[in-house]
Amino acid sequence: MAGYIVRRVLQVIPVLLGTTFLIYFMVFAMPGDPIIALFGEKTPPPAVVEQLRERYHLDQPFIVQYLYFLGGIFRGDLGTSFSGQPVTEILAQTFPVTLRLAALSVFFLMVAGVSVGLVSGLRKGGIFDASALVVSLILISVPIFVVGFVAQLIFGIQLGWFRTTVGTGAPTQDLILPALVLATGSFAMIVRLTRASVIETSGLDFVRTAASKGLSRKRIVPVHILRNSLIPVVTYLAVDFGTLMVGAVVTEGIFNVPGVGRTVYQAIIRGENPTVVAFVTVMVLIYLVVNLLIDLFYAVLDPRIRYAK
Amino acid sequence: MKIKRFGLPAIALAAAGALALSGCTSGGSGSTGEAGSSAAIVSTNSTEPQNPLIPTNTNEVGGGLIIDNIFAGLVYYDAQGAAHNDVAESIETDDSQTYTIKIREGLKFTNDEPVTADSFVKAWNYGAALDNAQLSSYFFESIEGFSYDENVEEMSGLTVIDDLTFEVKLKQPESDFPLRLGYSAFVPLPEAAWEDIDAFGENPIGNGPYMLDGEGAWKHNERIDLVVNPDYDGPRTPQNGGLDVILYANVDAAYADLQGGNVDVLQDIPESALGTFESEFEGRSVNEPGAANATITLPERLPHFAGEEGKLRRAAISHAIDRAEITEVIYSGTRTPAKDFTSPVIDGYSEDIPGSEVLEFDVDLAKELWAQADAISPWSGSFQLAYNSDGPNQGWVDAVANQLKNNLGIDASGAPVPTFAELRTSVTDRSIQTPFRTGWQFDYPSMVNALGPLYGTGAGSNDGDYSNPEFDALISEGLAATEVEAGIEKFQQAQEILFQDLPAIPLWYTNTAGAWGEQVDNVEFGWNTVPLYYQITKSE
Amino acid sequence: MPSNARTRPNQQHYVAPVDETPLLAVDSVKTEGKPSNLWTDAWADVRRRPMFWISLALILIVVIVALFPTWFTQVPPNNDCQLANSNGAPTEGHPLGFTKQGCDIYSRIVHGASTSLSVGLIVTFLVAFLGIVFGAFSGFYGGWIDSVLSRIGDIFFSIPYILAAVVVMSVLSRYANVWVISLAIGLFAWPATARVLRAEILRVKNSDFVMAATALGVSRFRILLRHVLPNSIAPVIVITTLSLASAIVAEATLSFLGVGLPSDTMSWGNDISQAQTDLRTAPQVLILPSIALSITVLSFIMLGEALRDALDPKARAQR
Repeated sequence: MAGYIVRRVLQVIPVLLGTTFLIYFMVFAMPGDPIIALFGEKTPPPAVVEQLRERYHLDQPFIVQYLYFLGGIFRGDLGTSFSGQPVTEILAQTFPVTLRLAALSVFFLMVAGVSVGLVSGLRKGGIFDASALVVSLILISVPIFVVGFVAQLIFGIQLGWFRTTVGTGAPTQDLILPALVLATGSFAMIVRLTRASVIETSGLDFVRTAASKGLSRKRIVPVHILRNSLIPVVTYLAVDFGTLMVGAVVTEGIFNVPGVGRTVYQAIIRGENPTVVAFVTVMVLIYLVVNLLIDLFYAVLDPRIRYAK
Repeated sequence: MKIKRFGLPAIALAAAGALALSGCTSGGSGSTGEAGSSAAIVSTNSTEPQNPLIPTNTNEVGGGLIIDNIFAGLVYYDAQGAAHNDVAESIETDDSQTYTIKIREGLKFTNDEPVTADSFVKAWNYGAALDNAQLSSYFFESIEGFSYDENVEEMSGLTVIDDLTFEVKLKQPESDFPLRLGYSAFVPLPEAAWEDIDAFGENPIGNGPYMLDGEGAWKHNERIDLVVNPDYDGPRTPQNGGLDVILYANVDAAYADLQGGNVDVLQDIPESALGTFESEFEGRSVNEPGAANATITLPERLPHFAGEEGKLRRAAISHAIDRAEITEVIYSGTRTPAKDFTSPVIDGYSEDIPGSEVLEFDVDLAKELWAQADAISPWSGSFQLAYNSDGPNQGWVDAVANQLKNNLGIDASGAPVPTFAELRTSVTDRSIQTPFRTGWQFDYPSMVNALGPLYGTGAGSNDGDYSNPEFDALISEGLAATEVEAGIEKFQQAQEILFQDLPAIPLWYTNTAGAWGEQVDNVEFGWNTVPLYYQITKSE
Repeated sequence: MPSNARTRPNQQHYVAPVDETPLLAVDSVKTEGKPSNLWTDAWADVRRRPMFWISLALILIVVIVALFPTWFTQVPPNNDCQLANSNGAPTEGHPLGFTKQGCDIYSRIVHGASTSLSVGLIVTFLVAFLGIVFGAFSGFYGGWIDSVLSRIGDIFFSIPYILAAVVVMSVLSRYANVWVISLAIGLFAWPATARVLRAEILRVKNSDFVMAATALGVSRFRILLRHVLPNSIAPVIVITTLSLASAIVAEATLSFLGVGLPSDTMSWGNDISQAQTDLRTAPQVLILPSIALSITVLSFIMLGEALRDALDPKARAQR
């Protein structure tokens, strides 16, 4: 087990290098000079542009810029944004907010998605199953900017159940509505996966054995069926975690959440390369850690899985 | 100009170098002091400042709002855009080239440092020096000694005479120089700024009607809290207890907050509410032309747009665009069809400059001119109009393209460029091969500001490389004039030349569009589309 | 067992001669019938399902509309757009009314089908192809192949695909077309499929029938292709059909973010994102293309469900 964890942790290094290189290269290849954009509709004096390019190392070839960035990581210095704020500070501000948002969203998915999927799976072909299919499909086929806009209009403005946007400090109760909106995109997937998994598990021998032993439905469903159906669902949620964090690009904009998605998007559009790459680096780390934890969690859900090879 | 982007998390990119300037009470009425003031704090929407809050490095609306409210310059602009003295006691000149500036005695910064001639001279020298690479350095370009070729620590044109007097010598006579001094790049800075300018940019110390509410009042991407500066002694006395500037990534969220009662004053209206905000906030909204315009630039270097053929085609395109219909349908009346190259709020504006008929919608004439151009050289290919799709441009560009298609019978479409940076880069390095959208927001309320920098030969923002010696001569003559009216007359004549050549096709003026909640009163918007925050009152 | 004349001393087992134990009906093998395998079984199953036929019919309709839009409307989608008709109600010859630009909504939906369908199909194909290749090899061969392939997947997957698509589309904006936007969406979406397939293969590859095939001397690659893969494909089908839906919707989101297809390309995503600003005053302009999108997505998902049930012998046995 320990050996497995060490191996996995070591493998993080090439992934991290690969990812940062890829994103750095892509943002570098984006046409347009971020310095010129700083001047708006005015054409900037070339001398000033030169100066600023030098300051942000934008006059250097791509590979040199990338090495500057790597060097910075080792010194714990991720650079500064154009507004003069250290990137590390921006990271510290935005990630806690987005993590709470994503966690809340995962919570809703686990509660709502899994229960709907469970009931659909247990009563396969019934009315509930059919309506769950239709509702989840409607949610998946409506773009998130429409869902967010409508949710804000109805629950925020007309009914007044939630604050229309997220207030200062992003208190968790303000994040509920954005988290629900964010969850709609993955809701269908979770319902379908849970349903499929529940159907499969219900037919397995140990469930029949449990039933023939005379165990009640109340006990069989949560203990035997649900627990054994969660593996694909949990895998998908782990994989989806990153999407939930940055898929928040649109949601965070609508609800004015000072989070990761909107910051990274803004940095991409403005060509603030160091900010983009720093954020992606942290996201990769979170993603890898979550997936490692999930892999270990499998062993808890299913005793047959062992990593001590 | 401000980009108002809808729905995007990014936004309000410095779409224009132009800074938002705070206005002031109308005319000479001035403010009457403490009588009506209350302690209630007014909240408003804005965007995250893109640069540190250093006046000479702030050239977009998010930072501009803060700078204008925490600093007081030599002059300030009232709601109509007229300049009045603020810190200045007097600004005098005999030849429009050398100015003697006296400042009022007894003024101080919020850290108790006195405001002196040095506070101005040092700040201007800092802003102009090449090594400091300040975004607004070109504002000092006309001061003697300024250079983009080498670093100049102290410009020879700035001389301190005594504690409260200094002299400015320009490279050539420019009669509108005093008018520029209300722009935020010209404000004074305290000595404390020079100890650590980066730290100052995060927690600036000013001399204006408001000040930051302590260290760290700038909560990045969330809000900036301003409180009244008790020591402020000037014409812009706050009638409220302070200003909570809430930073939004998109205006829709801000509008939702106005509807939900979480914000008091909105200085922008999102695209999605353009058609409804006036009825929804009846009596509590504003919609009138502002000091910004939108144009299409068609450089001479493009095929079919050079010489006589180009002139005919530009005029044809201008006649083929139904400005009234687009401003009504696409913008729900929040744009005003253009009648000139400047803006109705600018002194000297006229709807009837000879030649402005070219802006009238006339399909038959458009077709005829187009056919005349075809006789010179037949049209080929498709008309493409480049725009940045990270701003709300697709609607009007598609509408213009459809009108050209329908009215000229040619193939026309929008050419989206994903980012503002990419569009401006290809415009700047002249690699763009299609006509493109342009826009201008006035830096200061003077007609020449929308003419000289845009259409003068070799001028900084002359994106179409337009050059006409007659036009250049009229601009210089206008600037050298010592009487304001004489200058305006020259500038209007210069516009007559522009109407003949159409280096850019004027489309419409951007309106000041805003709305506010029931709890606030006395909301008035300045010439530059920004509310005059200091005069807003709020019931508690 | 009673001893008799044909038993030798100490003999433990008796083997009856063939003539004493004739073959009964139960032992017969139909030699004239087709050999049974997973695919024929699945086909036999799926063709009895009404859901399969309904979804197939819907898909066929959408495909025909996409291929031959002019069979369904004579109104050009992008010409003759008059602002005077902006967000207008249906009139003679324009059954669904007009968009904000005054273009015919019905015609735009018909002409937009091919773009949206192509984006969905190309992305799905890309995701399925890369996902299956990477997932199958890393799950089946394990060891260093698994490590390398899985980590490559991690690199692509840890950059969230909407962000990656924004960057790719900005880089390639000059060439923005259906293929480029599909590539931008698909290139960063496949690792999910690979991961799920890998997990499934890990489970399947220890099954008895795989051991049996190995014992018979079937080559490793053939085992993967003929035995392991077909038995692991069911969850991949669920994911890919859902990702077809996500891809079509992603096209709309990219348009919304300003990096979609150019405005003279008709697509449902483009129209939905354009109509968003008038959601309050003219919701039908947004709802109509959304319905077209939903029906298409729904039919593909129903097809996927039917195929999955048919391909999974366990699910089949239960019915």
